Amino acid sequence: MHEHSNVSAGARAGLPLLLPTLALGISFGVLARPVMGPVAPIAMSILVFSGAAQFAALSVLAAGGGAVAAITAGMLLNARWLPMGFAIGPSLRGGPLARAAQGLTIVDASFVIASRGDGSFDRGLLMGATAVQAVAWVSGTVVGVLAGPVLGDPSSLGLDAIFVAFYLALLLEEAHSRRAIAAGLGGAAIAFALMPFTPPGVPIVAASLAALVGLRSNA
Amino acid sequence: MTTAWIVVAVLFVGTAFMRAVGPVAFGGRSISGRGSAVVGLVAPALLGALVVYETVSAGDRGVALDARLVGLAAALVALALRLPLIAVVLVAAAATALTRLV
Repeated sequence: MHEHSNVSAGARAGLPLLLPTLALGISFGVLARPVMGPVAPIAMSILVFSGAAQFAALSVLAAGGGAVAAITAGMLLNARWLPMGFAIGPSLRGGPLARAAQGLTIVDASFVIASRGDGSFDRGLLMGATAVQAVAWVSGTVVGVLAGPVLGDPSSLGLDAIFVAFYLALLLEEAHSRRAIAAGLGGAAIAFALMPFTPPGVPIVAASLAALVGLRSNA
Repeated sequence: MTTAWIVVAVLFVGTAFMRAVGPVAFGGRSISGRGSAVVGLVAPALLGALVVYETVSAGDRGVALDARLVGLAAALVALALRLPLIAVVLVAAAATALTRLV
């Protein structure tokens, strides 16, 4: 069994995510305030704490959609926590409640930072890196809600490209073996092929099937 | 306004559920060699999909090719130059914003 790092090592590993996550939080706050009012977006960032799901639900509400459609959009993007939770579960210790609590700290970047690439995960890195992003995400949302009328449209500042750059940087960090590169390209291809035909979120969950390239014994 | 709060409440419970199922069901078990090889590749597979999704998603279903592609290219260049993450992100945002201005 591997040693787990402590949470402060995770926080250090998560430090580079602070400013990008803050910027994303600001753009969520700016976009959400006219649609959801000033308080609900902040509550959402604290309670839901899932950037892609929040943006998905918000875009449905902004387009005049109802609660059910917004929840469906959010949950479809949340569905990826399921395979990530199955992946990380065996690396977590403690009773069911303790494991559930640790599971709540799963977010994309922390999942990647905590992944050792051999199927095991470092719990301390997961929780520490998530703590940094939680602070940045929530305070960014607050800033966005308050400063929204001054900042204007986040897409004119290119803030929607932050996610693109963010995930790309994480991907390149992960792509250290031929199988990892194959999984990344496979996931990208599956997502692209499904996007025109399926609701948002489905392509991302289906893309996790690309991890099955790991079943090939020698690569 | 009530609609917003209903969405927040349901997504709160739903998100927590999705994140907790795996850890509760599989906690503390050891997995076989091939299983762990697959699990170790979930991260790159999801990231590949997320890059594509964030770059060309049209919001609902479908694909839209727009200034985000320039942001993606700029991020690639910044990463090739080994710039730190915050610089990579800012370069991508700036390139996208400038493309929208033109």
